Amino acid sequence: MVGSTVSVGQHRPARFPRLLVSQEAVILIVAIVLALVFALTLPGFATVGNLLTLARSVSVLGILGLAMALVVIGRGLDLSLIAAMAAGSAAVIQALNAGLPVPVALLIGLAVVLAIGFVNGWVIAFVEVPALFTTLATAFLIFGLTRFVLKTVIVYPPPTATAFLYLGQGRPLGIPMPIIMFAAVAVLVHLFLSRTRAGRFIYARGDNTEAARLTGVDVRRDIIVSYMLAAAIGFLAGIVSSASTASMNMQIINSTLIFDVVLVVVLGGVSLVGGRGSVLSVLVGTLLIGVLLNGLTIMNVNGQVQDIIRGLVLLGAIILDNRLHPRDEETARQGD
Amino acid sequence: MSVAASPPPRSSVRDAVNDLRYRFSIKLFLSELLSKNWMEPIVPFLLMVALIGYFSATVPNYTSLDNTQQLLRLFAEIGLVSVAMGFVLISGGIDLSVGAIFAVTNLAALILFKSWEWPVWAVALGTLAVGAFIGLINGVLVGYLKARPFLTTLVTLIILRAGFDMVSEKYAPRFAVSDIESDVWDFLGGGTILGIPTNALALLVVLIIGHVYLSRSRYGWHIMAVGSSRKAARHAGIRVERVLLGTYVLSGLLCALAGLFYAARQNSAGSDTGQGWEMQALTAVVLGGISLAGGRGTVWRAAMGAVIVFLLINGFVRLGLEGYLTMAALGAILLVAVGFDVKWAKNRGKAIQKIYVNPTRLELKQAPSIARGSASPYAENDRLSQAEVIGLGQVEGPEDVILDRQDRLYTGTREGWILRFSGPNFEHREVFARMGGRPLGLAFDKDENLVCCNGGMGVYGVTPQGEIFKITDETNRTWGKLNDDSRLRLADDLDIAPDGKIYFSEATIRYEMHSWDMDGIEGRGNGRMICYDPATRTTRTIIKNQRFPNGVCVAHDGQSVLYVSTWLCRILRYWIAGPKKGQLETVVEQLPGYPDNLNRASDGGYWLALAGIRSPAYDLAMRKPDFRLRMVKEIPRDEWLYPGLNNGCVVKLDADCQPVETYWDPTGKLHPTITSMREHKGYLYIGGLENNRIGRIKLPGADPDWTGWESYWGNKQNSRVRPTSGSGISAVS
Repeated sequence: MVGSTVSVGQHRPARFPRLLVSQEAVILIVAIVLALVFALTLPGFATVGNLLTLARSVSVLGILGLAMALVVIGRGLDLSLIAAMAAGSAAVIQALNAGLPVPVALLIGLAVVLAIGFVNGWVIAFVEVPALFTTLATAFLIFGLTRFVLKTVIVYPPPTATAFLYLGQGRPLGIPMPIIMFAAVAVLVHLFLSRTRAGRFIYARGDNTEAARLTGVDVRRDIIVSYMLAAAIGFLAGIVSSASTASMNMQIINSTLIFDVVLVVVLGGVSLVGGRGSVLSVLVGTLLIGVLLNGLTIMNVNGQVQDIIRGLVLLGAIILDNRLHPRDEETARQGD
Repeated sequence: MSVAASPPPRSSVRDAVNDLRYRFSIKLFLSELLSKNWMEPIVPFLLMVALIGYFSATVPNYTSLDNTQQLLRLFAEIGLVSVAMGFVLISGGIDLSVGAIFAVTNLAALILFKSWEWPVWAVALGTLAVGAFIGLINGVLVGYLKARPFLTTLVTLIILRAGFDMVSEKYAPRFAVSDIESDVWDFLGGGTILGIPTNALALLVVLIIGHVYLSRSRYGWHIMAVGSSRKAARHAGIRVERVLLGTYVLSGLLCALAGLFYAARQNSAGSDTGQGWEMQALTAVVLGGISLAGGRGTVWRAAMGAVIVFLLINGFVRLGLEGYLTMAALGAILLVAVGFDVKWAKNRGKAIQKIYVNPTRLELKQAPSIARGSASPYAENDRLSQAEVIGLGQVEGPEDVILDRQDRLYTGTREGWILRFSGPNFEHREVFARMGGRPLGLAFDKDENLVCCNGGMGVYGVTPQGEIFKITDETNRTWGKLNDDSRLRLADDLDIAPDGKIYFSEATIRYEMHSWDMDGIEGRGNGRMICYDPATRTTRTIIKNQRFPNGVCVAHDGQSVLYVSTWLCRILRYWIAGPKKGQLETVVEQLPGYPDNLNRASDGGYWLALAGIRSPAYDLAMRKPDFRLRMVKEIPRDEWLYPGLNNGCVVKLDADCQPVETYWDPTGKLHPTITSMREHKGYLYIGGLENNRIGRIKLPGADPDWTGWESYWGNKQNSRVRPTSGSGISAVS
C-alpha cells in the first residue's frame, strides 16, 4: 500500500523497502532531482548562502505545515492558521511596544491564539460546522478584528526587544534560529504523534471518527485541543517570522501562504481523509516546495506566475491524494 | 359530503372541556407547520423584509424610483453570482471560484469589446463561452476526477485571480483610452426596460427560468437528486458525474453573464473586481436557506439571501465601515448561518418527531366480560386451538385472507406479495402478484378481480391473470388543512357495494405502515372512510376524523356499510341507500377488544376479528393523554404501555351485529393478533398481521355451498336475510 508509514497499532519505524514506495520517498526523490536540476542550471542555487536562505525561508512554512498536519491527520483543516499566527504575533509586538517584558508579551500572544484555536475547535466539535467553513469564516473574522484593533497593516517590534528578535535572528552555534525552531518543533511533534496516547488518538480520530468515539475517545475534547495545539504551533511560526523580519504584515492573512501550507502537507502524504502521514511527510513536502519556490525566485518568475504554478501543483496534489486515498465520495459531507 | 362521527359519551362538563382541549392542539398545528417546506426560508424572508423596512424608514428617499433603480443595478450582478453558487450548493458541491470567474469574464468581455473590437453579440457569446469553459474545468475536476469541491475551487480561484491580475495589468490602460462606442453595449450597461435596469431584468429572467428548471424539469430534478443523495441518484440511473459537470458549467455561465453586465456598466476592470464575492455569495445562499448538505433549496432563496447580504453591506458602507470590518461581519454571519443550517438539518426531523405525537383523550366504557365459563357471549374458550394449519412458515403476516370461486386461498404478505394457495389441502403455494407496499384488506369484485387495500400505495386491483392495476391512490384534499392529505397513506380494508362502489377505510393519515402503532398511542381521529366510484372514477372522502377505522363490510342487503373503529372498540354503520342514506350510527358501542376485519357470514350475520383484548390499565391510559405523551418522550419504546395485541378471538355476530359466540386461542401461540377471517364452504379461514400461518376450522352447521363471491355477486345474494332495519328474529346457524 502506498501511503502511510505510520498507522495506528503498528508503531514501528518505517523499514527501508517500504520507504522506497511510500509517497514520502517519491516526493523526496522528486525534491532531490529538482534540486540537482536547479544546481546544474541555475547559477547561485548551489551555494551555501542560498541553501541557508532556503532552509530559513522554508522553516516558517515547515512549522506551519506541522501545525496543519496535526489537524489534517485528525480529519480536519485549519484555513485560519495564518490569521491566528498573524493575530498572535501582532499581539506580542503590541505588548512589547507597550513596554511589557518579552515573556509576558509571548504569553499574551499565546493566550490570543489559544482562544482562536478554542473557538475553531468548539464550533467544529460542538456546533458540528464542517472545519473548512468554520476556519474560512474565522479567518475573515480574525483579519477584520485585528485590523480594527491595530488600525494599521504592518506592526514593528521595538528594536530594544532583543530577546524577542533573537528568536528569529539569533545564530547559536552558527545555525540560524528559524532552522533550530523548525527542527525542535519537528522532533516534538514527531514524539507527540508517535509516542503519546493523545497523538495516537489523533490518528484514530482521523481514521474513523465514529469508531474512535465508540471506543471511548473523547472526540469533541480532542478536536478542541488539536485546534488549540495547531494554533499554538502556528504561533511559534509567527514569532519566528516576525522576529526575523522585525515586522508583521497583516496582509499575510490574505496571501496565498495558507495554500502553500496545505500544499506542503498534502504533497508529503498527509492525506486529507485523515489518519495518514507523519512528520516525515511534512519535512519532505516542505523540502520540495522550498526548492521549487527558491528556484522560481532565482529564475525571477513574477509572483502571479508563481501563484499559478503553485496552484497547479496543489491541484495535482489534491487529485493525486484523492486517487491514493479515495474518500467515500458518495456519502461525504459538504466541506469535507 | 362528510358526516361527523357521534362524539364519545361524556360523563361531565369537565370531560367535555378536556375533550375539546385535546382535540384542538396547538402542537398539532405547529408540527404540521414545521414539516412544510416553505417554513424553512421564513426566517431569512422576515429578515429581508425587516432590513428593507428599516432602511426605508431611516434613510431618506430610500424607496424613491431613482434610488431603487440604482440599488437594483448594483444588486443584479451579485444576485446572479449568488444564484450560480446556489445551483452548485443544491447539487451538493460548492464553487468558491465564482468571484474569480466573474472577474475573469468581466475582463474577457472588455478585451473582446474594447481591444479586439468584436460586435456586441459576439462579445456576449465569447464571454459566456469563457465562463462556461472555466466551469467545465471545475466540473471535470470535481465530477470526473472526484476532487474535493471546496479545495479544488479554492485553488482555481487562486489560479484565476493570478491570471486575472497578469492580464488586466497589460490591458487595463487600453480600456481607458479606447473610443469604441456602441448603443447596444451602453444599453446593456445602463439601459432600463419599463423602468427596470437591464441587468436586474436579466436576473429576474434567470430566476424565473432557473426556478422552472430546478423544480419542473428533469435536469433540475437530477440536480436535486444528486445533491440529496449521490448514492441513491446513481442507483436510480442518474449520471452523477454529468450532472455535477453541468452544474459547474451552469455556475460558470451565470457568473459570465454577471461579468458581461458589469463590463458594460463599468467599462473598466479594477484589481478588486469580484474580490471576496465568493464569500458574499456563500453567505447569501446559506443565509437564504440553501442547505450545505445539498438537495434542498430554490433559486428564490439564493436571491433572498443575496438581497440580505447586499443590503447589509450597503448599510455598512453607509455607516462608513472599513472593508475589512465588512468582511469580518460577513464571516461572522456565515458562521452563524452555517451553524444554524447544520443544526437544523440534523435536528429538524427530531424536532418534528418531538412534537408530532399528540395523544388525545379517549374515553372507553367498562369492557364486557370475557371470563371463561361466564354467560357473556365473549367468554373465553379454546376453539381455535384445534385449527388446521395452512402454509406454516411459508407466509409472512397474512393480514387478510380471501378465497376465490375455484377455492383458492389468497393473502397479502409483508413482502408486498399476494400469495395464492391451491390444491385440496392448500399445499401448493405461488406468488400470485408482486405488488409492493403492504397488501392489507382484500375483496373480489364482480369480474373476479382481486381488489386490495395497500398500506403505503392505495387501492390496487389484480386481474385473475395476475396483472396489477391501480384503482386509486388519492382522495380529495381537505381544505384548510396544512398538510396535504389527498394522498392515501394507509388504506386498510375495503368492501364493494352492489353498484360497484368501493368503500374503504384509511386507518390514519398521520402515520405510515411502519409506525401505525403510534396512532394508537395518539388515539386521535386521524382516519377516514373513503369511497371510490368506478362510474366517475372519482375518490371522495365520506367520513372524516375517525379513530383508526379498520374492517369494512357491506351489509348483506347492500343498504349500508359496516365498519369498525379500532381504538374506540366500536362498530359503526353508514347508510348508503334507503331512507337513512347518508346517516351514521353506532351499532355496537363496547367491544371487549380492538376490532379488525369484519366480513359476511353465511347465515346473514358477520364475522369480526378482535386483534387484541382491552385491559383496564390501557383503558385508563387512553383517558390520560399527558401520561401517554410523557411515556413516549421519556422512556424507551420497548417499555411503553401498549394496547394488548398479543391474543384475540373471532366473534360471530348476528345480523344486527350482536355477539353470538367466539372462537379463542387464549395462548396466543397459534393465532396471535387475529386480523381477519373469511368463511368459505363451511370452513373459517383465519389470518393474522404478524402470524406465520393461516388457520382453518370447520364450522358445524354452516352452509357448505356458501362462498363470499356468491354472496356478493352470485346466487347467494341476500340469502336468508331479512331487512336489517327490523329487530327480533336472528338468523340461526
